[in-house]
Amino acid sequence: MRSQNRIHIMLNIVVCVKAVPDPKEACNIKIDPATKTLLRCDVPMVVNPLDKNAMEVALQLKEKTDVRITVLSMGPPEAGNIVKEGLALGADRGILLSDPAFGGADTFATAFTLAKGIEKIGHHDVILCGMASSDGSTEWVGPQIATFLKLPVVTMVKEIVKTDVPWWKVKASIDNGYRLMQVKLPAVFTVTREVNTPRTLSFSGIIKARKKEIEQWGIDDLGVSSESVGLKGSPTIVSQLKTTEGKREVEFIKGTRAEKAEFLVQKLIGTGLL
Amino acid sequence: MIDFTFTEEQEMFRKAAREFAETKIAPRVAEMEETGEVSDAVVKAMGEAEMMAITIPEEYGGLGLGYTERLIAIEEVSRVSVAAAMMLQVFALGIEPIVKFGSEDLKKKYLPGLATGERLSTTAVTEATGGSDPSGIRSSYKKDGDDFILNGRKCFITNSHIADTVTVLAKDEDDPKAFCAFVLDKDMAGWKATHKEHKFGMRGCNTGELAFENCRIPASQMLGEEGKGLRVTMSAIGDVGRGGMVGVALGLQAACLEESIKFANERILYGKPIAALQTIQNKLADMKIDLEAGRLLGYRAAAMQDKGLRSSNEFAVAKYYTTEACQRAAKMAVDIHGGYGCMEEYAVSRYLRDAYVVGPSAGTSDIMKVIIGRWALS
Repeated sequence: MRSQNRIHIMLNIVVCVKAVPDPKEACNIKIDPATKTLLRCDVPMVVNPLDKNAMEVALQLKEKTDVRITVLSMGPPEAGNIVKEGLALGADRGILLSDPAFGGADTFATAFTLAKGIEKIGHHDVILCGMASSDGSTEWVGPQIATFLKLPVVTMVKEIVKTDVPWWKVKASIDNGYRLMQVKLPAVFTVTREVNTPRTLSFSGIIKARKKEIEQWGIDDLGVSSESVGLKGSPTIVSQLKTTEGKREVEFIKGTRAEKAEFLVQKLIGTGLL
Repeated sequence: MIDFTFTEEQEMFRKAAREFAETKIAPRVAEMEETGEVSDAVVKAMGEAEMMAITIPEEYGGLGLGYTERLIAIEEVSRVSVAAAMMLQVFALGIEPIVKFGSEDLKKKYLPGLATGERLSTTAVTEATGGSDPSGIRSSYKKDGDDFILNGRKCFITNSHIADTVTVLAKDEDDPKAFCAFVLDKDMAGWKATHKEHKFGMRGCNTGELAFENCRIPASQMLGEEGKGLRVTMSAIGDVGRGGMVGVALGLQAACLEESIKFANERILYGKPIAALQTIQNKLADMKIDLEAGRLLGYRAAAMQDKGLRSSNEFAVAKYYTTEACQRAAKMAVDIHGGYGCMEEYAVSRYLRDAYVVGPSAGTSDIMKVIIGRWALS
């Protein structure tokens, strides 16, 4: 008879999710000219699309092995809906970092706060983030979290190849190809939309989430100073924001083929495209 | 103050239903329109998404949710495909009589399969001689020992050719005032789907005839009491049937408004989007008013139904209002689109065709007014 004394390993995964204005309502998104921040009132907030891919990585793994998923977000109390969605999808624990002091954070302060949240969660093997948010689109938060936590990071993961413990093998997108990376856990991964097709919410998942409470942590819970979070902890400032308006014009080029080609080249040089 | 807001959980149900409809149904709409046939993929997806399980009690494999959640789900599905929403609405019409009037054995036998979509249901009441007035039906039964022998034909039955579990209403051959409702399933001999209708709208939702010839039905398949079958089917149609049609109509209204707003913002006339023209704004405002009013009527009735209150009259008002409003909305949507509205590439032409099939389903507007008039006079 085989020994029953196998070491039981539970993987602890933290999935970072962000509430963003619904990209489908992009035409209705407005910016406050004074504060240079998004006016959120007119547009419904949804889970950042790439964070759904990150969540799906964790959920697929949970279907195969023993995994505990914690969904983590930072935002105003309304962002609790986003965390609740994570719980409805199958996360075991939901935490919202919410405090007026966290408001106005840039990516640095956001990543710092999230990293402190992850430290407070305790043991973590894998931290998953979307590659970028659909509103800010900086792609910085994942790597910054890794920096604060002193963990390795692989960005732009497009395929999870192997999930052995403690080594994960992934394919990360680069121009015209990918890099095959082997990383020792704990590590941070940011994923692209190629990594999977996220599942949608299910009715029974929503019902199961009734029993799962969202934990809300403020600045005191994280034990950080107000100078290190939110606007005060943000080294970058948004100096200017403009709403661009796309205009299209059609111009017919006349002449011989050579004349047309020359005209086109000059036109492209003139617009700075060549 | 009355709370007119949905709960957070209901908002999440709406989001789930919308995501489902946009990802699983929308890609199949063109195929359904083209062929006029039911999409097996859509039906399978609806089962997997627990769409049929909403109001089935948890002990029978359902979700045990309320009629408000059901209305939300149908509205969201209809926003993408009226045909799929109609299928869904009528699955519930077959399920509801079993939930409300079925014996424990019948519930255990049918509800778990109906909840997963493994079984598909419908209800068969309408005949050439009676639909809105079910007492006019001619399908009849006679007792033969412990069994009933059923003969007759049913017409305009949604899901006729895909349903394998059917609630049927028939009249006592010897007593025109006595009716019985039975559950039939595909394993029983003596009944089949015959003629398939070709509708100009709601294509992709199957409608047809059912024929019963000396169909032997064990007494254990009866719903409710012998002779009181009219109450069984009317109870399902009155609240659940009209309620479902309200959801179908609201989804269509929402779709008309959304497509119109999108087009009005993109179509340039006199150097500006036509949305800047007051005449277009008036149409959009009318559509918005109808949608808001329809939602208040429909969700109020659903909330009453969830409280266990009688809601068939309130649903009659909501059904009348929303199905009329969806026809108005579809016409305005086509008008706003101008010539494009006549082209099949634009969804609004489908909306117009669908809107005129929504009207008579589960009782015409004229019948709704008869019911509402009686209510006013009572």
